[in-house]
Amino acid sequence: MNNKNLQQYIYSIADNALILGQRLGELCGHGPTLETDIALTNIALDLLGQTRSYYQYIAQELMKEDQTEDDLAFLRKEREYRNVQLVEQPNHDFAYIIVRQYFFDVFHHRFLSRLQRSKNVNLEAIASKSIKEAAYHERFSGDWLKRLGDGTAESHQRAQQAVDDLWVYTDELFHTTDDDQACIDAGHGVDVTSFKSEYFQVITDLLEEATLKVPETEFFQKGGKKGIHTEHMGYLLAEMQYMQRTYPDMKW
Amino acid sequence: MKKDWPLWEVFVRSKNGLEHRHFGSLHAPDAEMAIKNARDVYTRRSEGVSIWVVESKNITASNPDNNAENFDPAADKAYRHPTFYDLPDDVKHM
Repeated sequence: MNNKNLQQYIYSIADNALILGQRLGELCGHGPTLETDIALTNIALDLLGQTRSYYQYIAQELMKEDQTEDDLAFLRKEREYRNVQLVEQPNHDFAYIIVRQYFFDVFHHRFLSRLQRSKNVNLEAIASKSIKEAAYHERFSGDWLKRLGDGTAESHQRAQQAVDDLWVYTDELFHTTDDDQACIDAGHGVDVTSFKSEYFQVITDLLEEATLKVPETEFFQKGGKKGIHTEHMGYLLAEMQYMQRTYPDMKW
Repeated sequence: MKKDWPLWEVFVRSKNGLEHRHFGSLHAPDAEMAIKNARDVYTRRSEGVSIWVVESKNITASNPDNNAENFDPAADKAYRHPTFYDLPDDVKHM
């Protein structure tokens, strides 16, 4: 494992949290109710807090150039972001927001519990701090998904639509790049394939409880971890980055 | 959807040993969600260690129209306050 492997590996963790945090942040003041608005914004802030820890680690410990966490968050190009395509999907409706969140949270919670055993003390510390947040996120999104699926005819139909549309992005969570593999071999990274079957079992059980159907498809999207993103990513970055790009080095 | 959600009263214990105090109210579809919403709305700056919620309709309140007969008669009965006793110095925590 070299320095570049580790940096790319940490980007693949941190960028998921950044991009999903940005998506949820778009909802601030626009949530369906005051209570869910605050809940989703809290989750966004949890994720952005985690992102900062990862970027600070890269900027302060792993980079030779004089870069800050903000440079990493705001000044990279689309192809340099390593997040999975799932987290960049838009806030189509509340069902999409909840299903996207649940598909990510089930992964994230199990991922962090294994990252706690990393040989890398920085990653281990960040994971130990973040795992309680991830556990709460999973409970929140899972409870909501049950209520949407087993709710009214309309909430059921919208939840099923979201599950059907977002399902194709789940498999990518378990892809392993060459950088990932180098970090796994060195004991710093997590072998995500070790909990893939558990992930799909947990989700299948909850979908059944929510009276929703598990999609039967063999086709899955991929590419985000290698920097290939869906058409939604460019718009998201344009909004997220415009301030730093228009007024470089601005602070407030 | 929102207009169908009942109103809940939220009580938070801020520290072990203290009592739960009324913090406010919120809307939620059921008790479990009311606890979650209360956690997000009222304890995000570590204000509490325990939450109670009760549906507002289950609280019986005194009628403000009866305030005069309920509360005014107590106003001129200062002798009901135990302020006329000299406390011995040895008594602490009063």
